[in-house]
Amino acid sequence: MAQIELSAIRKSFDGNDVLKGIDFRIADGEFISLVGPSGCGKSTLLRIIAGLEPQNSGEVHIDGRPVDGIRPSARNLAMVFQSYALYPHLSTFDNIAVPLRMRRLSAIERLPLLGALLPGRRAKERHIRADIEGIAEQLDIAPLLRRKPGQLSGGQRQRVAVGRAMVREPLAFLFDEPLSNLDAKLRVHMRAELAELHRRLKATFVYVTHDQAEAMTMSSRIAVMMGGELIQAGTPAEIYHEPGDIRVAEFIGSPKINVLPGRIRKDGGVDVPGTALKLTCNAAAGDCRIGVRPERIELGTGPFSGTVIHLENLGAEAFVHLAVEGTGSRLIARLADVRHLPAMASSVAFGFAPDAVRLFDPAGKRIELRLEQAERIREPAHV
Amino acid sequence: MSNAHPIPFRAILRHVLLIAGAAVMLAPFIWMISTASKPQTEIFSSELHLIPYRFALAENLREAFAKANLLRFLLNGIIVTVSIFVLQVMVALPAAYALAKLRFFGRETLFALVLFGILIPPQATAVPVFLLLHKAGLLDSYAALVLPFTISVFGIFLMRQFFKTVPDDLVDAARMDGISEFGIVWRVMLPAAIPAVTAFGIFSVVAHWNDYFWPLIVLNSEHLRTPPLAVAHFRNSEAGTSYGPLMAAAMVIIAPLVIAFLFAQRRFIEGITLTGIK
Ligand SMILES: Nc1ncnc2c1ncn2[C@@H]1O[C@H](COP(=O)(O)OP(=O)(O)OP(=O)(O)O)[C@@H](O)[C@H]1O
Ligand SMILES: [Mg+2]
Repeated sequence: MAQIELSAIRKSFDGNDVLKGIDFRIADGEFISLVGPSGCGKSTLLRIIAGLEPQNSGEVHIDGRPVDGIRPSARNLAMVFQSYALYPHLSTFDNIAVPLRMRRLSAIERLPLLGALLPGRRAKERHIRADIEGIAEQLDIAPLLRRKPGQLSGGQRQRVAVGRAMVREPLAFLFDEPLSNLDAKLRVHMRAELAELHRRLKATFVYVTHDQAEAMTMSSRIAVMMGGELIQAGTPAEIYHEPGDIRVAEFIGSPKINVLPGRIRKDGGVDVPGTALKLTCNAAAGDCRIGVRPERIELGTGPFSGTVIHLENLGAEAFVHLAVEGTGSRLIARLADVRHLPAMASSVAFGFAPDAVRLFDPAGKRIELRLEQAERIREPAHV
Repeated sequence: MSNAHPIPFRAILRHVLLIAGAAVMLAPFIWMISTASKPQTEIFSSELHLIPYRFALAENLREAFAKANLLRFLLNGIIVTVSIFVLQVMVALPAAYALAKLRFFGRETLFALVLFGILIPPQATAVPVFLLLHKAGLLDSYAALVLPFTISVFGIFLMRQFFKTVPDDLVDAARMDGISEFGIVWRVMLPAAIPAVTAFGIFSVVAHWNDYFWPLIVLNSEHLRTPPLAVAHFRNSEAGTSYGPLMAAAMVIIAPLVIAFLFAQRRFIEGITLTGIK
């Protein structure tokens, strides 16, 4: 139960800027996902929060207290690693017991043989055992307590790693791609379990992933990082529907958002080569990029036409790849109704509602639109 | 089956070569056992025979044990090799951990110095170390046998290479769990590195058990002698070399190593493949 505040965090490795000034505030009890392409600095940021890596400048506050220079264990955060990082020579039970023993037993009590003779140790060990059995019950790993990590499956190891994090009742949990070593089916299952765990513990979760499906399904907020900067944070719906940057729009959503080249006229109107869209904006005249999500492309009617170059029928939905006539660009349309697919190589007309358009300037920044009044009234007809 | 021919031929050739090599290696060893089992007269007879006409192993052993305090020498050997190994581990593991997992200024230079240290033969530093021990008044003591070997650059190098293969996440997890840096060395790295420590232990113990050069230089007192000096003792006797008891004593001092090898054979081979040293 903690809020974490990052201010102007900078980090470079060998003169190579990895984090370029991150300001971010994580509220108490939030499930925050940090997403971004490989190498954008997600793990580095998480390790700075954990205290495993010192930042070059900037501050980390946990519950209002600066924690810079405080040892990782004293920050009272727990971390689950991608490789699980279980101690290979210890049983599941002992793995989960390590953080408790380190905290509750004195250095003398931890000594292998002598420690066992000390009077207080027995009672403490009993408490530790009780705590671990409680955790094992919750995570469904009670039968595995005596096994070594080498004798566990990936999913079981993952649970043990979560158990080792849970047992210390930390202020916040830090996850670094904890599901990426699991197969697809187990990943979906563990996704639901982690979300459930978050609801039950009501603790702050900071979850690093490059899998946007994980971020979209589990988190209360998503923070998108690119090239060492945090470029947008918001609820999954905000990030998906109102991306502030074309990189965010392209990173979130599968298949990727369609991007068509466009032009802003002097009067604020927007053209796709050959066709004027029924919307205007306040931006200066010049080139722009027009983003439309695949599910907002409507086949059959519209001012544009394209040739079907590829079809992907997934059963519940289908993706139609089109080569747009006149521009040479390609786009993907998502069809919910797979019974009426266009034929390969056929030419189809298509269009999209003006409110489906997300407009970006050449630098990738979002441009706000003004929908034309008439269009907004006609809108229900499209649905 | 057309290509089945070259393979057996190669296999035979390989085995012939290996057997020849093994015979060369084993010959002195077999000769030692043979001599240790012969009475004095047969040892000096001009004909070569491997199997003695009259077995005199028991007599030779009895004489060996009577002439020299072999048990005491064996005990010395154990005290010295075990102390050396324990101290080497206590120095090498933290050093190797720092070189493998901690980031600090000058790490690469230090590691280069470690590599450089491996190149220096112990004989080259023998005189300065001898003088140092003399000034410290430690000559002719267990300390003189043990102290010069407590820092094993080879051990540091070997353990550092092994620690490099331990995932960083494991170290970080230990830090999150509240284990101190020294705690990580002993509670996380050491258990993970048992095969490497075993391999290093074998090299270290064999080398110092068999070391003749250094004990010969620093020791005077008979009661401190290590096993190889004990064998030499038989050669130096005024009454001429008595080869039977000498070989019997050699057998006795080699026995602990052979027995240890038989017990730890699998580990030993694991260790050798681990280090890539042949
Ligand atoms: N210890 C280090 N020394 C030098 N460079 C490093 C170190 N750790 C990370 N980097 C660099 O910092 C950048 C960001 O790394 P980071 O691990 O944070 O990426 P990430 O976003 O977690 O990527 P991934 O999704 O692949 O895990 C990378 O370019 C990486 O090469
Ligand atoms: Mg990472």
